[in-house]
Amino acid sequence: MTQQWETTVSNEEKPTEKARAIRARQRAIGRELRRMYDDVAQEPVPDDFMDLLRKIDEADENKTGKKAS
Amino acid sequence: MAMAHPIPNNSRPAHTPEDGDGDFKTELLALIPFLRAFARSLTGNQEGADDLAQETLVKAWQSRSTFIPGTNLKAWLFTILRNQFYSNRRRAWRQAPWDQEAAERIPGGGEDQMFSAQLSDTARALRCLSDEQREALILVGAGGFSYEDAAAICKCAVGTVKSRVARARKALMEILDGDDTLGDVARPAEGDAAREIMAQLDRLTPSDDAGAAGGKRRPK
Repeated sequence: MTQQWETTVSNEEKPTEKARAIRARQRAIGRELRRMYDDVAQEPVPDDFMDLLRKIDEADENKTGKKAS
Repeated sequence: MAMAHPIPNNSRPAHTPEDGDGDFKTELLALIPFLRAFARSLTGNQEGADDLAQETLVKAWQSRSTFIPGTNLKAWLFTILRNQFYSNRRRAWRQAPWDQEAAERIPGGGEDQMFSAQLSDTARALRCLSDEQREALILVGAGGFSYEDAAAICKCAVGTVKSRVARARKALMEILDGDDTLGDVARPAEGDAAREIMAQLDRLTPSDDAGAAGGKRRPK
């Protein structure tokens, strides 16, 4: 009886275990993707970007004739 | 040239008051890191990505009067960035199809600047996905966007994003784990990479550029 029961369980668990393994692998790949993305997002923003925003400001002031302090 | 540009790029002065512009710029500033990250995942190299992110900032600033306050600024910016990426690439193909595409896609080329050595497998696998699958996966899987926002950014149906993300996840796993059906893609030999690039060019290079592509183009 016990033997039979165990066999049944183990057969039923096979696909579940595979699905679980796939999900775990997918999660690991997902973490890796997020890490790649976050690594870039956490880099300090290069000075070029600040220069660009300053230029945008200046161009804007010239156009509207406003002077920022 | 008749280049579609979904985000209006008019030079009509913003009707928002000075304060509104200040807020807008503050929010813009805070989102630069994410623009850089999304740009990097699209271009696959740092220099091109930062150029793209900067172009996006300029376009966003010029179009700021069309942004509806209270809506998702990040998604709005990502939409501009994505439009800019594809329109730049179309232009690059017209000018120098081989160089540009080769620099973007050959593993070990532009990618070396992008990812450190231990990440190269996932990075390379990501480059093997189609543009549609890659952008959907990055937006949802890494960028934290909802399927709805990703669909708006990619200009497709929500269901389409869902299936692209699912297929991208499956493909990545098969590539990384060396599934037999994708073995060639998983570990591209040089010849395979070159063939893949030529196949992409054949599919995507506009027909009026036939003379510019050079090399072994197949006749249409």
